[in-house]
Amino acid sequence: MIALQGVHKSFGPNRVLRGVDLTIAKGTSMVIIGGSGTGKSVLLKCILGLVRHDAGTITLDGQDVSRVERDPFLARFGMLFQGGALFDSLKVWENVAFRLMRGAGRLPQDQARQIAIEKLRRVGLTPAVADLFPAELSGGMQKRVGLARAIAAEPEIIFFDEPTTGLDPIMAGVINDLIREIVVEMGVTAMTITHDMTSVRAIADSVAMLHQGVIQWTGPIGALDATPDPYVQQFIHGRADGPIAAVR
Amino acid sequence: MTPAGALAGIGRPVLAALASLGRIAIYAAQTITHLVRPPFYPREFLTALMQVGWLSLPVVGLTALFTGGALALQIYAGGQRFSAEAVVPQIVAIGMVRELGPVLVGLMIAARVTSSIAAEIATMKVTEQIDALVTLSTNPMKYLTVPRVLAGFLCVPLLVAIGDIIGIMGGFAVGTGQLGFNRASYIQNTVNFLEGSDIITSLIKGAVFGFIATVIGCLYGMQSGRGAQGVGAATKNAVATAAILILAANFILTSVMFGQ
Repeated sequence: MIALQGVHKSFGPNRVLRGVDLTIAKGTSMVIIGGSGTGKSVLLKCILGLVRHDAGTITLDGQDVSRVERDPFLARFGMLFQGGALFDSLKVWENVAFRLMRGAGRLPQDQARQIAIEKLRRVGLTPAVADLFPAELSGGMQKRVGLARAIAAEPEIIFFDEPTTGLDPIMAGVINDLIREIVVEMGVTAMTITHDMTSVRAIADSVAMLHQGVIQWTGPIGALDATPDPYVQQFIHGRADGPIAAVR
Repeated sequence: MTPAGALAGIGRPVLAALASLGRIAIYAAQTITHLVRPPFYPREFLTALMQVGWLSLPVVGLTALFTGGALALQIYAGGQRFSAEAVVPQIVAIGMVRELGPVLVGLMIAARVTSSIAAEIATMKVTEQIDALVTLSTNPMKYLTVPRVLAGFLCVPLLVAIGDIIGIMGGFAVGTGQLGFNRASYIQNTVNFLEGSDIITSLIKGAVFGFIATVIGCLYGMQSGRGAQGVGAATKNAVATAAILILAANFILTSVMFGQ
C-alpha cells in the first residue's frame, strides 16, 4: 500500500503540492487526473524519490520511502515515462533488459535478451524490433518499448506517466488495453497520471483528482460520473466554464 | 546609483561565480569518490574512450600541425630582429611541449568533447532519461559521469603527446621546407633541447585539462534547464567554463612547475 500524508512540494515561490493525502491499496489501479501543471508528475516523482518532498510523509507498506535503502526500494517499481525515456544509445532489447543486466541479480546477456524479446512480444512488438534503436521507432512503438521495460523485471508497482499523450486514438486504445491487461495479469499496484478520460475509464479501479496542490476528490471509477463535485464534473466533461480557471 | 547598489552590483556576480566554483569542486570530488567504488561500467568507458580519444585525433592533429608551422614562421621572423633565427627548432619544441600543445589540445577538447557531453546529458535530462536511469537503480554519476571523466583523464595526455609531436613536425616541415634549415640538425636541436620534465609536465597538464573538460561537460549537462533552450544554454556555458578553467589551470600549473 502506498500512503501519502500532507505531502508538500514547492519550487521556489511556486507551491505545487500543498498537502496531498492519498492512499493506493495494494493490487489496485489508481488514476490521478488533473489539469496540466497541477503537480501530477511531481507527486509521482516524490513517491519514487526523484524529487524530494518538503513536508509530509510517503510510505510504502508502512515504511517511510525517504528512509529506505534505495536499490531494493526502486527494484519494486517499474515506470513508463511520458516520452518513453528510452536510452538513445542502446538497442531496443538493451533498453528493455536494462535492469536485468545490472545489479545484484544480473542475468547473462543471452537470458536477458530472451526475456526482453518475450516482453516485447507481450506488448505486441515483433522480435525484429529488438535490434533497432529507439530513434527508428514510431511514438506508439516507443511507448510500447517503454512499457516492456517497465514490466521486464516483474515489479510489484508500476507507474504510468501520461501513457497515451501524443498518440492517435487507436494507438492510445491499444496502450490502454495493454496497461489494463498487464495490471490484471501481473496483479500489480498501478498508479497512472493522465488527463485523458478514455484512459481513466479503461485503466482505473479508483480515481483521484489533483487540483491546486491537494486531492480535490477521490473515489472508485464507478462513482466518477455521479459525483456532484463541480471540479470533477468540469474536468471530465471538458467544460471551459466552471470553478477551474481555463486560463492558468 | 548608491554606493550600496554599486557594491551589490559587484558582489552579486562574484558570489555567483564563487557558488559556481563550489558546485564544480563538489561535483569533481563526488566524481573522484565514485571512480574507485563499484559498480563499474566498462562498456560505457570504452565508448567514452572512443568519443574522447580516437574521434578527437583529427581535430587535435590538424590544430597542432598548423600551430607548429605558424610558430616556426613567427619565431624565425621575430628572431631575425636580433639575429636569433637559429633557435627556431628549440623554441618550437619548448613552445609546443610546454605550452601550446597542452593548451590547444585542452581547448579543442573543450570545444569538441565538453560540448558534446553537455548536450548529450542535457538532452537525456530533458527527455527524462536521467530519471529513467534512477528508477532502474542505476546511479547517473556512475553510469554517465565516471566513464567520461576517466576517459578524459586518461586520453587527453595521450592526445597532448600526439599534438606535441605533430606540432613539432609542423615546425619541422616549415623550418626545413621554407626556412632552409638542415633536416638532421633541426631534429638534433629539438631532441637535445627537450628535457624529460618538459614532456612530463605536458602530460600532467593534459590529464588535468581532460579531467576539467569532462567534469564540466557532465555537470552542466546534469544541471541543464528545460527544453531546447536549456540544452543550448548548458552546452554554451559548459564550453565557456571549461575553456576558462583550462586556461586558469594552465597558468597555475605553469606557475607551480616553472615559476621562479
